Order: sequence, then C-alpha cells, then structure tokens
Amino acid sequence: MAEQFDDPKQEHEASTLGMWVFLGTEILFFGVLFAGYIVYRFIYPEAFAEASRHTNIVLGTINTALLLTSSLTMALAVRSIQLGKNRLTAGLLLLTSLLGMIFIGIKGFEYYEEYKKQLVPGLNFTYEGPHVPQVRLFFYLYFVMTGVHALHLIIGSLAAMTIAVMAWRKSFSARYFTPVELTGLYWHFVDIIWIFLYPFLYLVSRA
Amino acid sequence: MNTNAGPQHRSYIDEGYSLKSWLTTHDHKRIALLYMVSITLFFFIGGAAATIMRLELATAPGDLVTSQTYNKFFTAHGVIMVWFFLIPSIPNVMGNFLVPLMIGARDLAFPRLNLASWYLYTLGGIFTIGALIAGGVDTGWTFYTPYSSMFSNTNVIAVIIGVFIVGFSSIFTAINFIVTIHKMRAPGLTWFRLPLFIWANYATSVIMVMATPVLAMTLSLVAIERIFQVGIFDPALGGDPLLFQHLFWFYSHPAVYIMVLPAMGVASEIITCFSRKPIFGYRFMAYAIIGIAVIGFLVWGHHMFVSGQSMYAGMMFSLLSFLVAIPSAIKVFNWTATLYKGSISFEAPMLYALGFVGLFMMGGLTGLFLASLALDVHLTDTYFVIAHFHYIMVGGSVMAYLGGIHYWWPKMSGRLYPENWGRFAAIVIFVGFNLTFFPQFLLGYLGMPRRYHQYPEELQLLNGLSSAGAAVLAVGYILPLFYLLWSLRYGKVSDSNPWKAKGLEWKTPSPPIKGNFEETPIVKEEAYAYSPQKS
Repeated sequence: MAEQFDDPKQEHEASTLGMWVFLGTEILFFGVLFAGYIVYRFIYPEAFAEASRHTNIVLGTINTALLLTSSLTMALAVRSIQLGKNRLTAGLLLLTSLLGMIFIGIKGFEYYEEYKKQLVPGLNFTYEGPHVPQVRLFFYLYFVMTGVHALHLIIGSLAAMTIAVMAWRKSFSARYFTPVELTGLYWHFVDIIWIFLYPFLYLVSRA
Repeated sequence: MNTNAGPQHRSYIDEGYSLKSWLTTHDHKRIALLYMVSITLFFFIGGAAATIMRLELATAPGDLVTSQTYNKFFTAHGVIMVWFFLIPSIPNVMGNFLVPLMIGARDLAFPRLNLASWYLYTLGGIFTIGALIAGGVDTGWTFYTPYSSMFSNTNVIAVIIGVFIVGFSSIFTAINFIVTIHKMRAPGLTWFRLPLFIWANYATSVIMVMATPVLAMTLSLVAIERIFQVGIFDPALGGDPLLFQHLFWFYSHPAVYIMVLPAMGVASEIITCFSRKPIFGYRFMAYAIIGIAVIGFLVWGHHMFVSGQSMYAGMMFSLLSFLVAIPSAIKVFNWTATLYKGSISFEAPMLYALGFVGLFMMGGLTGLFLASLALDVHLTDTYFVIAHFHYIMVGGSVMAYLGGIHYWWPKMSGRLYPENWGRFAAIVIFVGFNLTFFPQFLLGYLGMPRRYHQYPEELQLLNGLSSAGAAVLAVGYILPLFYLLWSLRYGKVSDSNPWKAKGLEWKTPSPPIKGNFEETPIVKEEAYAYSPQKS
C-alpha cells in the first residue's frame, strides 16, 4: 500500500475513482470526433451513405465479434482474480490481449486494402463519382476515428499483457486486485467506443 | 527559533538539498515549488512579449516592429499566458501545496502522476518556446481555421503539440485533485466543512477534466489537417470553420473559469481571515462555485455572435451568458457582507484580495456589455474586449495568485516577507493595472480594433496612458520577485500560524513536515470558525 493512504480500502476506492474520471476524459476526447461526424452526417447524408459502402463490412463485423469476445474474456479475468486464481487470470488476460492484437492485425489489413483502393485522404485519395469532397471528409473521419481507437487498443493490449505477467507471478490475490480491475474498466471502455464506431462507419445505410 | 520547529520536526525542505532530490520528489509540496519556479519563468516570458506590444503601441505609427513580428508577439503572449501561466498558476502551485494540507491528507492520491504532470508541463513548454524561437506563430492564441490549418507557417504544429502536452498535465492534476478531495479527507471533514478554496479547486478540476480533452482533440485535428491537407474545418475541403470555433470555445470559455474560480477560492480564504469573521453565506458560496462551473459550459457561443452562427443560437447564448452574472454577484455580495462589521486589517494579502474583488467586479460588469447581442456587434474584436478579459483573467487571477503567495508564504517557506514592501507592491500593481487597462475600454468604445500594431493619431493619448500603466505594472510585478527571494534568507522566521487563521494547513509546523501531519487531524468545527472581535 502506498504511504499516503490510510488503508487498502481507501487506496482501492481512490484508484477506481481515478480510472473512472480518466475514462470520462476519454469519452470527451472521442466526443469531438463524434460531434464532427454527426455534423457532417446531417449535412451530407447521401455522401456518407455512399462512402460507407466502400468500407469492408465483412472484416469490420469479424472485428466487432472479436472485440466483444475479448470483453467476455476480460470480464472472466476480473472474476477469476476476485476468486484468487492467479494462473487462470493470467491465461484469460493473455487471451484478451491476443484477441486485441488480432483485431489490430485485421484493421491493418483493412487499411492496406483501402490504401490500394486509393481511399486514404492526404496520401492517395482518388475517387470517381459524385460528392468527392464529402466522401473524402468521411474517409478522413474514418481514419482518424479508427486510428485513435486502434491506438487505445494497442495500449490496452500491452497493459493486459503486463498485468498477465504480474498475475502469473502471483502479484494479486482475492484481497488485492485493483490493477486487474482497472485494466478491465479501460478495456471495456475501448470496446464501447468501437460499438459506436462500427455502425457509424460501416452500417450507415447498407440496406 | 520558534517553538514548533524543533529538531524532531524535519521540514519537507530539509528532506534533501540536491537537484536530484527535487527532480525525483513525490512530495506534493515540493512539486508545488517546482511549478512555482517554472510558472514564474513563463510569466516573465509572456510579460516580455506584452512589453514589446505596449512599446509598439506607445506611438501611433507602427515604427518599432513590423506587423508580422507584432502578430508573433501577441500570439506568444496569449499562448504562454493562457496555457502556461493563468490556467496552471493557482491550481498547480497553490492547489498542489494546499489541497492535501487543507483536507488533512498526507499527500495527493497519486504522487507519481503528480510529478509526471510537472514533467509534461515542462515538456509542453519546451515545444512551445522552441516553436517561438524557431520563428514564431502568428495565428493568435485561438488558432482559428482555416488560417492556422492552411496559411500560417509550420511552427503552428509545434505549438499545438506543446499545448496538447500541457493539456494532459492539467488533466492529470485535475484527476489527482478530484480523487484526493473525494477519498482522502480527514475524519470529520464533511463536504460542507471544506474550505472554499477546496470547493473552488474541486470545481476547477471538474471543468479541466471535461473541457481539456475537447481542446486536445480539436487541436490535433488542426495539426492533421495541416500535415495531410485534408480536414473537417477547411471550407475548401468541404469542412466548416464554425465547427472549429464551437469546439475551441467549448474548451476556452470554461477555461476562463479554470482561471477565476481558484482565484475566488483564494480571495475567500483571505477576506474571511483578515476580517476575522466567518465567511457570509458559506453554503451559497459553495453552490455559487458549482453554479459558475455548470453555467460556464453553456455559454461558449457568445464568442461567436458575429461569426455567422444562427441568430437564435446567438439569442440563447446571450441569455445564458447573463445567467453567469447571478452566481458571480452572489460571491461579490457575500464577500462584501463578510467585510461588513469585521475587524479588518490591511495586510498585503488582504490588499491583493480586495484588489481582486474590485477588478473582478469591473471585468464582470463589462462582461454584461459584451453578452448583449447588439452591443457586442459594435464592441467585438476591439480593445473593449481586451480590457474586459484582462480585468477578469489578469486582474482576477494574478491578483489572487499574488495574494495567495503572500498569504501562504510563511507556510511554504517558514519565513515572513517584509510587510511594507508587500503592501507597496500590491498598491503599485493595482494602480498600474487600472492605468493600463481602463483606457482600453475607452479605446475599444472608440473603435480601436485588437491585434493592430498602429492606429490613428486621435487615439494617441489613451494608448500613451495605457503604455505608461504597463510600465508601472511591470515594476509592480518585479518587486515581489525581489523581496520574496530576499525573505527566504533574511526574512523573520514565522511560527506555524502567523495570521491566527483557521484551517488545517495552519495546524502543522511552517514549513510542514514530509507527511504533512504528525497524526491525522480530526475536524470538529465548521470552516472559518472566526469570532468577530469587538473593537
């Protein structure tokens, strides 16, 4: 326990509150991007619908499924450490981290495809069809939003891996598991962001 | 030697004298002093830029610097003063030092995060100063697009990175304060026994946490827009510059309250102490702080009355802006009521605090002019606006900052500053400030636009007065630097409570020990249990 606290309960409560407030700032961070997205979705509905048909819905859906599964394994990890099962927790955390990494890999492949299709604004954007500037705007938002999300996911995966190693070394117990819980909170937050990104970017008006 | 600084009490300063012991410290009090040193440095850099501007404006023709150079100076002045002085000054120096002391905690909840926050501040400062040395930026501190994203020079990116990093510094400090105030109060210290300084820092931290990420992301988008020439703010690319303004002011209007709420907290502490009366309407003072913080988030559009947003949005923002006056007036009335029939003594901190109330009132009342739609069309982007926000931000925040430094100086350093010099500096600053900025109200009313480096001959007199005032003000700001440093060595040794003030911070030796308290204090009385003395 750190010396500024009176007891472990106080330390646990303080760390948890700190994480929640931090996640609050993260929501506002993404909030700017969502605000920008919503504004232009209202102004240019047709262009956004059209642009979204150029995203890879199959890979996007697979990734959504992967991420939801990783949320489950993370929740199980938090549950198992509360029961004091360090080894099981380490395994579940590694699995979570692995699912996150596969997500990143698939996302990278998607980016590569979009690069080949010349859809990356600022690098090689050439688009044949109506609403060129608006479609470019959509893809700008697409890359910034998924890019910032991917960055968070990479940080989350690294954190999960570190915590997994600590769990393997039995650093936690049924009484002290704050880092596992905090990593879990962060992980679920990153998932929730994706739950919004997926319909916004892939499903705009695919009937 | 005073009684409570015996050998058994080793103060936080005596914990180590090496540079390393300071740069790797986790003690909130030492980190506060680190902030004080770097913030003072930035204050004088920003002040130097202002000096060049007032020198240029001392005469009507633009004869000292070119318009391009002038643009760079006002940008440097704005960026440094807003992000590297006004926003961090009271929370990061005084808040860091006092929040744990005032609530009876041994340290902030996350000491390492606190130190990291100082390093981020310094790193952000290096980026910003580096960009200025490399050739400067001429966008103004508001970075309005598409100018900042398309036309201005490439140093914009470095400054944006600097501001982005310093933003994280304030987010981390804010998280630390919120958690500490929630979870680490001493036994018996309920929410409505907290000093108003704590309330103010709490509300400020909430604003920081809610507003700063928006600014960080918005500025990142500007940087990306610059690098890749695509974006969501540039009309040529299908974007909307109004969106930038909305997002920018969503941060930057609440930022004004980040500057002034802690100042109100400091003023409350000082006024109640030196009139020896409990603060009048304690609960209303606390509610008013929360009220200002909440309404502060709803008024950003008053910066955009002439930007082309819809008329109805303008009307709504105008109405909401008037509402801020209510909690602000509550505070001023309650300070006045606290003074009423108090046994007032005019020590230097009290002079600063009274100066703060006067200047804040002046700034607040002129804010009503600017919140009125029709008047704002005439006054927008003139010197009237400059004068208004300097009264609020500089008159408010700097007066309170200096007042707080004097008030808690004995606690921080264990020494008393020379009282007469303190009073003298306070008066010089008050006079210099009014001489500088009052003529600017008139200049603005006469139509002198901001950000111009020359003006017609008719405006010479008022501009001359303003520049002369700036010289007086500069003297006033430099004085404390000298006598406070002098007092570190030659000042009288202070006992633990030289002002006979209430509050937990005065119940520990001056300067305090590493863990703040020998044993955790237990609070049994309301805040500000002063009893008025019959004269």
